[in-house]
Amino acid sequence: MSHGMVIVGAGECGARAAFALREAGYAGPVALIDEEPHLPYERPPLSKDAITAEEAPTPRTIATRERLAAASIEIIAQPVIGIARRNKTISLAGGAAVPYEKLLLATGAVPRRLSQAPVGVGYLRTFEDALWIRSRLRAGCSVVIIGGGLIGLELAASATRRGAAVTIIESQSRPMMRGVPREIAASVEALHRSEGVDVRCGRGIAEMEAKDSGIRIRTADGLELTADLCVVAIGAVPATGLAEAAGLEISNGIAVDEYLGTSDPDIFAAGDCCSVPLAIYNGRRTRLEAWRNAQEQGALAALNMLGGNQRHEAIPWFWSDQFEMTLYVTGLPDEGCTTVRRDLADGAFLLFHLTSDGRLVAASGIGRGNAVAKDIRLAEMLIARRAKPVPDQLAAPALKLKTLVPA
Amino acid sequence: MSVPAAYGHGRFALRLRSREQQQHFEETGMSEWIEACGVGDIEHEDVIRFDFGKQTFAIYRSPEDEYFATDGLCTHEKVHLSDGLVIDDIIECPKHNGRFCYKTGEARGAPVCVNLRAYPVKVEAGKVLIQVASSP
Repeated sequence: MSHGMVIVGAGECGARAAFALREAGYAGPVALIDEEPHLPYERPPLSKDAITAEEAPTPRTIATRERLAAASIEIIAQPVIGIARRNKTISLAGGAAVPYEKLLLATGAVPRRLSQAPVGVGYLRTFEDALWIRSRLRAGCSVVIIGGGLIGLELAASATRRGAAVTIIESQSRPMMRGVPREIAASVEALHRSEGVDVRCGRGIAEMEAKDSGIRIRTADGLELTADLCVVAIGAVPATGLAEAAGLEISNGIAVDEYLGTSDPDIFAAGDCCSVPLAIYNGRRTRLEAWRNAQEQGALAALNMLGGNQRHEAIPWFWSDQFEMTLYVTGLPDEGCTTVRRDLADGAFLLFHLTSDGRLVAASGIGRGNAVAKDIRLAEMLIARRAKPVPDQLAAPALKLKTLVPA
Repeated sequence: MSVPAAYGHGRFALRLRSREQQQHFEETGMSEWIEACGVGDIEHEDVIRFDFGKQTFAIYRSPEDEYFATDGLCTHEKVHLSDGLVIDDIIECPKHNGRFCYKTGEARGAPVCVNLRAYPVKVEAGKVLIQVASSP
């Protein structure tokens, strides 16, 4: 059994870390452990292609078995049940103990449960969850999605594509309250309505019940619905059970420093399961749930497990595909106090979020396909440079943003 | 700016070749030189999309004003690279930030691990021509 680098969690983050160890030249044993029975796979398609594809989907693997073998990455498909920090081993459900030199916790997050939800309600995190949802979708069936966040909205779009009649129930006053500016959210909500999704905001769930006829849902303000399929998508909570039991410091996820180290010098954490102080926002402790963050933190944790001593400097970034549109956000929009709008062709637009002294701290945008991606990427570079761009220039579509980014 | 409105944000450059030219290509599968765009259709250090028959390409203009062509879709998840950012000799996928050297098609690190196919390019009489081979 391994006595080198051990990674718990074989999602995007853990898998990236495993390969990054090899890319950095590490030649010792690398074990990648996860309870899921698949090779490491990508989660972004689970709310989209996996639901809409004509053919029954298979997991979109991050690396083939051959590639993993060529990199000598040992895959162990078992739950991890404990960490013994004193003798630096982890114990597997099958009874084995795996010693580690350095340990990376990339355990991800799990869907937040709705206490009122009966058995028979779906959640989405794993490939099996996506198959479960998919198998219950029929053209003309009624679908209620509880939660108007990114996953709820993406699922709503996919279910609509499959011909379902979809209602979203959101307890906040608008969709995507966390992390997406109002103007962008309004644009997304309008898009969903135009595609026939019934978006109901500001409604808490009072009661739910599983009946033969489907899931009955009653909101706090008395709306009653019956759904053939109900999916709860009210966010995710970090998977910190192992870390907590091992006595590691927890603060909205496993608390790590800017090097992704936990309170134990031999244990690192990365991805959805941890919160990290973001230097760009004066050390604001932030937990990010996004594909790119999983990649970046996985790669960084690997370097630092090898003594790389490199700080986390990446700027938050995520996208969301809904119908034909994609929204992008980079940085944390709530760090800004003023907004500058930039309109592009074909209805696409971006918002730049600036502090009171003019520093660019975030940018968000939406458009058909990846229409705003390039400008968002340039905005990210400006954010990283702590730039104070001239608002009029940001707003002028004829001005290429690239000219504002010094080489 | 000297860029036609149709290329406003480097998004689409849908150029329909003559039906005869396309049919000849599809029937024979022979490699030949195809006009992709005018030299002024791509901004300095930028990229546009060029569709030909069932194929889609990305056509680049380097900071040194040389022209290059690769497959149009990222090898990672079939995203159009023409929406991505060109910096020096690198094209970055707009979605997952996978990077390729557009001069050679070489993948430059995670999440991309499969190279892009690069195509020969020449400039004649103000036109950018690419040599498209039969589909592999």
